[in-house]
Amino acid sequence: MQMADADAVLRVEGLVKRFGSHQAVDGLSFSVRRGECFGLLGPNGAGKSTTLKLSLGLMEPAAGAITLLGEPIPSRGREARVDVGVVPQNDPLDPDFTVAENLLVFGRYFGQPDSLTRSRIDPLLEFAQLQSKRNARIQELSGGMKRRLTIARALINDPQVLFLDEPTTGLDPQARHLIWERLKRLLAQGKTIVLTTHFMDEAERLCDRLLIVDHGRAIAQASPVELIAREIEPHVIEVHGPGREQWAAQAPSLGCDRVETVGETTFAYCQHPETALAALNQRTDLRVLHRPANLEDVFLKLTGRELRD
Amino acid sequence: MTDDMLQTAANLPAASARRYAWPRLTHRLVPVLRRHFLVWRKLAIPSLLANVADPLITLVAFGYGLGQLLNSIDGVPYIVFLAAGSICMSTMMAASFESLYSAFSRMHIQKTWESLLNAPLLLDDVMAAEWIWAAIKGCISGLAIILVAWALGVTREPTLLAVLPVVLLTGLAFAALGLCVNALAQGYDFFSYYFTLVLTPMSFLSGVFFPVTQLPDWLQAFSAVLPLTAAVALARPLVLGEWPHGVLHHVAILLAYAIGGFYLAVVLTRRRFAN
Repeated sequence: MQMADADAVLRVEGLVKRFGSHQAVDGLSFSVRRGECFGLLGPNGAGKSTTLKLSLGLMEPAAGAITLLGEPIPSRGREARVDVGVVPQNDPLDPDFTVAENLLVFGRYFGQPDSLTRSRIDPLLEFAQLQSKRNARIQELSGGMKRRLTIARALINDPQVLFLDEPTTGLDPQARHLIWERLKRLLAQGKTIVLTTHFMDEAERLCDRLLIVDHGRAIAQASPVELIAREIEPHVIEVHGPGREQWAAQAPSLGCDRVETVGETTFAYCQHPETALAALNQRTDLRVLHRPANLEDVFLKLTGRELRD
Repeated sequence: MTDDMLQTAANLPAASARRYAWPRLTHRLVPVLRRHFLVWRKLAIPSLLANVADPLITLVAFGYGLGQLLNSIDGVPYIVFLAAGSICMSTMMAASFESLYSAFSRMHIQKTWESLLNAPLLLDDVMAAEWIWAAIKGCISGLAIILVAWALGVTREPTLLAVLPVVLLTGLAFAALGLCVNALAQGYDFFSYYFTLVLTPMSFLSGVFFPVTQLPDWLQAFSAVLPLTAAVALARPLVLGEWPHGVLHHVAILLAYAIGGFYLAVVLTRRRFAN
């Protein structure tokens, strides 16, 4: 922990933020190491985006201490952001400018000369696969292209750290995979990434470490593999069919540690699935799926199954 | 909980100091101003036409139309009397429109501000750029009417040049007031109240269309502290080739609205962005 702290790019301690009577962030502490991909994972309204904004110095916390790239936040947030890239939700690009103009104008906000920004535009357009859209208007871009341009724009100052707020929300699988591949490329270049997401496969693929947040509180922090090993039984048996309720009742006696029924499916979580699977083999009235536990199982166990909207 | 409250107490004075700190104007507003200018340049022709057409119609229609019916006002033809009012009102409208509808769109709809704030810029920088830009838009409109009045031969006095700093001050005052309203707005609808309930009545109380002396005494006292009254009081003699009386007094009123208004706008906007 001390080693991690010494090399921390972002350090957050006891962070609290209230909106009126709503406690958006309730005593969060975490640190992000140089060169890692750190994920804030949580259901809608868990306080992920607020934590990101507070970390960047864009809001006043009610309590707590934040250090970003060695600068105290929010008092020296502006100085810290010189070396930070931010990809907010909803791609707030300038609709009146072309793709290349969006990059050029954004570079000026960092006080860098146009010649330096211009030298970065071509490599960034290539990185974002937007070479053919150089002079296109923003309205002509697809959702995936806009997101890639927002990421390219966040890299115009060649930042050490990149913050992304739900980087692939609203994108189709092709666009999502391209963005994952590009973010991995940035990690390989040694950049640090902090992202929020509620997609488990995204968190599992990209993140070295995860902080699961709910109601503004940290409920688990570890690597995806550690979280699965630590928080949940390794085997999941999903059972569908008319006899599943009766089966659910006998599952605990067959070595299943936890049984849950959600809608038309019964989930049995087991350390040792052999007895249960052998019993299910005899049943012709049930459809059975046996799979290893994944991050989504952990997430649902920790944050519950009720809807958040 | 006790620890939490102690820390809260420790954070409060610094946060409050940041909320009410005097905004600083730095060179960082320049790239933001350049952005607004670049967008405007792309749409400059229709924007200029809109800026000029409305007050031009007012000047010509009222000036010539009503001017035919009226004898001179204060010893000058009505269109000459109206010219100064038109210049100031046009500046007021353009600066207000930019600091309301356009700034709101950049702040709330288009989220341009969010992008700016993710860069190494402060809300102060973004606000300062909005303020100066809206004042410049006001100046462009005011200048257009000055040129129209000159071209129509309404006035060719060399003191017309001295109207330019008046127009700039007027623009800064109404841009600042507009940004205060912008900081409180939840939607575009809110702005029509400001136009109908504040700006339109002000244009009738400030000597734009008729001399303030026509108003009852109690309204004259109210009129005397309005920014548009100060602007017209400075601009009208200059349009007529005379030096205005009480220059310091009127300049002080415009500066108070400009600087006080901008400070209030920044504090209100900081509050808006904290929540």
